Amino acid sequence: MATKIFKHIQTSVVPLPIENIDTDQIIPARFLKATTRDGFGNNLFRDWRFDGDDNPKQDFVLNNPNYSGKILVAGKNFGCGSSREHAAWAIADYGFDAVVSSFFADIFKGNALNNGLLPVQVSEDFLKKIFDAVYADEHAVVEIDLVDQFIKIVATGEQESFEVNPYKKACLINGYDDIDYILSQKGKIEEFESVR
Amino acid sequence: MGQTLFDKIWDAHVVSSSEGFPDILYIDTHFIHEVTSPQAFDGLRQRGLPVFRPKQTVATADHNVPTIDQHLPIKEELSRYQVDMLTKNCKEFGVELYGLGHPYQGIVHVIGPELGITRPGGTYVCGDSHTSTHGAFGAIAFGIGTSQVEQVLATQCLLQSRPKRMKIEVNGKLQKGVGAKDIILYIIAQISAAGGTGYAVEYAGDTIRSLSMEGRMTICNMSIEMGARCGLIAPDETTINYVKGREFAPKGEEWDKAVAYWETLYSDADAAFDEVLSFKAEDIEPMITYGTNPGMGIGVTQHVPETASFEAKEQGSYKKALDYMGLHDDETLLGKPIDYVFIGSCTNSRIEDLRQVAEFVKGKHKADNVTVWVVPGSKQVQQQAIAEGLDKIFNEAGFPLREPGCSACLGMNEDKIPAGKYCVSTSNRNFEGRQGPNSRTFLASPLTAAASAITGVVTDIRTFLKEEELV
Repeated sequence: MATKIFKHIQTSVVPLPIENIDTDQIIPARFLKATTRDGFGNNLFRDWRFDGDDNPKQDFVLNNPNYSGKILVAGKNFGCGSSREHAAWAIADYGFDAVVSSFFADIFKGNALNNGLLPVQVSEDFLKKIFDAVYADEHAVVEIDLVDQFIKIVATGEQESFEVNPYKKACLINGYDDIDYILSQKGKIEEFESVR
Repeated sequence: MGQTLFDKIWDAHVVSSSEGFPDILYIDTHFIHEVTSPQAFDGLRQRGLPVFRPKQTVATADHNVPTIDQHLPIKEELSRYQVDMLTKNCKEFGVELYGLGHPYQGIVHVIGPELGITRPGGTYVCGDSHTSTHGAFGAIAFGIGTSQVEQVLATQCLLQSRPKRMKIEVNGKLQKGVGAKDIILYIIAQISAAGGTGYAVEYAGDTIRSLSMEGRMTICNMSIEMGARCGLIAPDETTINYVKGREFAPKGEEWDKAVAYWETLYSDADAAFDEVLSFKAEDIEPMITYGTNPGMGIGVTQHVPETASFEAKEQGSYKKALDYMGLHDDETLLGKPIDYVFIGSCTNSRIEDLRQVAEFVKGKHKADNVTVWVVPGSKQVQQQAIAEGLDKIFNEAGFPLREPGCSACLGMNEDKIPAGKYCVSTSNRNFEGRQGPNSRTFLASPLTAAASAITGVVTDIRTFLKEEELV
């Protein structure tokens, strides 16, 4: 089955300069009861975004009309904790196409890549530059190019290259799907089973 | 050059390895539960695919289940729907389900080992990050996302790049009152909640070797809390004795063949690790966390670190964590009043945990200000506890024994810690709101949790043990 394609984006960003953002913050467990992949964006960062009476907390960035865009920029060790893919679904469903951080937890990174949500790992220095740029001008635009593997702060021209697994890169650019690939190797799986 | 234990197991499961692609890794057993599987089954339906190897797939309901009155329908509608959906999917796709009411039901990471499904040398995955638990048997076991659950259901394989290898050695003699939970909380506090990211971690050293299987499972369970892909411990006599005779363990000739293979599963003396860390058992105190990730832990007699001791860019996140916890710089947790004690979760809900707590609380009673929940990891653990009379000891101590499930570990079912309340918890995560919106978690060992329940404040278990020795 074809999956979401990602090649290039250029957009303003939403800054969330907190470290160790775990998947329980991204989507608390009590909102994991749906049996489809849709609608998780409504509960993205639920307990940071809304108070106990479901009123938006004014000091949280997603409730600040000055910030918007397709890129979420966050502190190091983003997505640690639970393996819930719902975290990636929630971020994508809310409308983000990429997450930028100086470090990602393993399982989250894999889940994001499997959903057309690009995790872009940058240096601590470059992460600070992005935060500085967006705090200087909330409309600061960042460009991410997956084909040539770079991220650029458009106003200053500062850029950095980032790494991505070549196989996953091909999947994202072409909309390929892991299951289709493994199924194409089914003969090898059956052979493996028969000789072990 | 010799091989690591991890590489021996990995190589034995590689179906295909191509330049520029992740390996196709064969999965021996795929555990599934109600929360992370429904979308995967839907995916199979959309593709018109069956479950490729239903006999190598094992299902249970654990995250959403209530831990009292399990014979009644689940009250919460969405939880009930999700559990019903698992039943329906398992029936449609021919997967064995140990659901509510089944004598094998329980937390997925408790039932796999106790049924003899988890064995040395195997590969195990589940849509749950604490799948790392199963590595205690000398196996490769890790958590996966739902797209990968679908992948394994469809092919019994997983596309996976080989992680780096880390060895963590712990040598020496543990102090009295210090156990497996303290060891792993100590390691994570030393290397941080991200210190293991990108690695498969092998735990070694004589302290690790001296642990029971239950203790080893506690250690491997929390590998993910330092970001590790998985944790594993080479199998030995302790492992083999644990597996022997269990429901699905190999029998007769098959058993002998299996043991002969398991005995080859260790890291060769000259095997190269990408990273090696060593710790001394003597340095480890009973541990407790004070913050909002499992790396924020201290010895129970130590003080909460000062904000100024962190780099400037980290101070904001640190302060946010302390504010959430209602703590301040340099505070000591010892003597801090608590509201709840939770003994359970895939980290500490096995029979050995319950026996240890029962032995300690026998003849004592919980403090009035504390509510205690003891939640067995499985139906079998519950039955065993009752057979041994532990339930009576617990009842007399004001520690009611509930029914099996994930319970207050994750704030998904009915068992939630109320906002602002402090819970000493034997579970694995102290994230904001993990045990319920605005709940505050102190992670600790079963003994520390039990001692704190008795006194009503955060307690150093060693003070009790000294007194008891004097009597």
